[in-house]
Amino acid sequence: MTPQRDEPDAKTGGPLTPQQARDAVGQALNQAAPGSDIDEIDADADLRDALDLDSLDFLNFVEILSDACGRRIDEDDYTELATLSSCIRFLSGP
Amino acid sequence: MAEFRMPSLGADMDEGTLLEWLVKPGDQVGKGDIVAVVDTAKAAVEVECFDSGVVSALLVEPGQRVPVGTALAVIAPAPATVAAGRHPAPAGRPAPPAQRGAPAAGQPVPAPPVKPPAVVSPLIRHLAEREGVGLGQVHGTGAAGAVTRADVERAAARGPRLRVSPLARRIAAELGTDLTAVKGTGAGGAIRADDVRRAARTKAPPEAAAQPAARAAQVPGRQAAHPEAAAERRAAMRRAIAGLMARSNREIPHYYLSTTIDLERMTQWLRRRNRELPVPARIVPAAMLLKAAAIAAREVPELNGFWVGDHFVPSGHVHLGVAISLHGGGMIAPAIHDADGLKVGDLMARLRDLVTRAREGRLRGSEMTDPTITVTNLGDRGVESVFGVIYPPQVALAGFGKVTSLPRAVDGLLGVRPQVTATLAADHRATDGDTGARYLEAIARLLQKPEEL
Repeated sequence: MTPQRDEPDAKTGGPLTPQQARDAVGQALNQAAPGSDIDEIDADADLRDALDLDSLDFLNFVEILSDACGRRIDEDDYTELATLSSCIRFLSGP
Repeated sequence: MAEFRMPSLGADMDEGTLLEWLVKPGDQVGKGDIVAVVDTAKAAVEVECFDSGVVSALLVEPGQRVPVGTALAVIAPAPATVAAGRHPAPAGRPAPPAQRGAPAAGQPVPAPPVKPPAVVSPLIRHLAEREGVGLGQVHGTGAAGAVTRADVERAAARGPRLRVSPLARRIAAELGTDLTAVKGTGAGGAIRADDVRRAARTKAPPEAAAQPAARAAQVPGRQAAHPEAAAERRAAMRRAIAGLMARSNREIPHYYLSTTIDLERMTQWLRRRNRELPVPARIVPAAMLLKAAAIAAREVPELNGFWVGDHFVPSGHVHLGVAISLHGGGMIAPAIHDADGLKVGDLMARLRDLVTRAREGRLRGSEMTDPTITVTNLGDRGVESVFGVIYPPQVALAGFGKVTSLPRAVDGLLGVRPQVTATLAADHRATDGDTGARYLEAIARLLQKPEEL
């Protein structure tokens, strides 16, 4: 049994665990593009293409994600949000 | 007596289905009030009333499909107006352009047979309201089809039947909402579309409830619960687009122009601005392009208006049509009213609102009929340029492709700069290429001063 380590709190803006990041991305995408299911998309596929997001959908996604993670996401960060796996890296990174 | 008729919500509409009444006999209505929801082949649209007065009868039942121009309701002048001996002005605003330009223009719209309003005494009306019985659904057995007390009681006795508008039923099916758990706020406790949306919102899953309320409204998956109905809607939308675009191509001699615009300044300005502002206030490049297209339409009024019969009629306003692709397939191009006068931040907010409502099927009738010039932006799809097909009776359609960094010579030096290809499809009956060129030039010039947009 490994001792349970402290889970970072999503709202403090600190890095998330990969699972928390994945959940946050999944929820944000499901709101920005209703009906989308991250379990059905390739982790390395371009999110905009895979889910047919236009620039307004993507802005909604960023807004929801930024809110959920308590962390400002700038336009310069958009390249980090291109795919599911890069989103998780970005949100769980330092 | 004024008649509220099935409006033409676009040049591609010949008939519509009344989905829901938002008023009932006896209600006071004002010009511009939303009184009904109508389903066209493309979307459910909230339609406004063009007269003021009191609703004296509803002539068409929810669910009925009728041709454009059919009387849907009778609106009597408000009592005060009658005393003054004045009749409400017959629609102070000009007929919607789509109607003027529609093929049926000039011919009287054939009035299909509608059953005369049932005769209902005030006492019976009160009884019906108390019992939650919709009079429209009661078969009158009295003289001349009058609804009697017995008719209402018989209808009430049929038990606490769930009264649900067709639109509410459709939305409930899409959202997977249990209608028996929804509290109706319509006449006699009828469940209306908004009631279903509200119920769906409240029962959103707990993790979603933790999100800000405004967001949670959009939570539940929107895959249609009835694939067959969705397929039928897609087919109907395809037919509507096919009809209008074929007509445009047949009737309008299009000419096309294109130019590539340097967006270095705009991109820099946007990046600075968006960095300073909270995420929700962020502006996407598309909003800047739309604003430039709107101001340019004011500067070149020969492209902003309608071809009617054999001549061009300019519009005093720039109501910018925005082509929006719908996620289920198909597209729709509703208007942002007076887009040339909006600050770009406001235009951005209106754009987000319009796209959301277009995709949820909550557009207004005036948004459907008013566009004076339309813009299509296919930049998000990654194409460089788009040469569009004009929406009759409009005479121009501007297009933007993807903003891409490309080499460009500036002041004799080669640099890599963000650029966009702007195009114009215009009606050669209304203008010549010289006018179209002035329009694209204006857009290019305006985008060099982003801070003034």
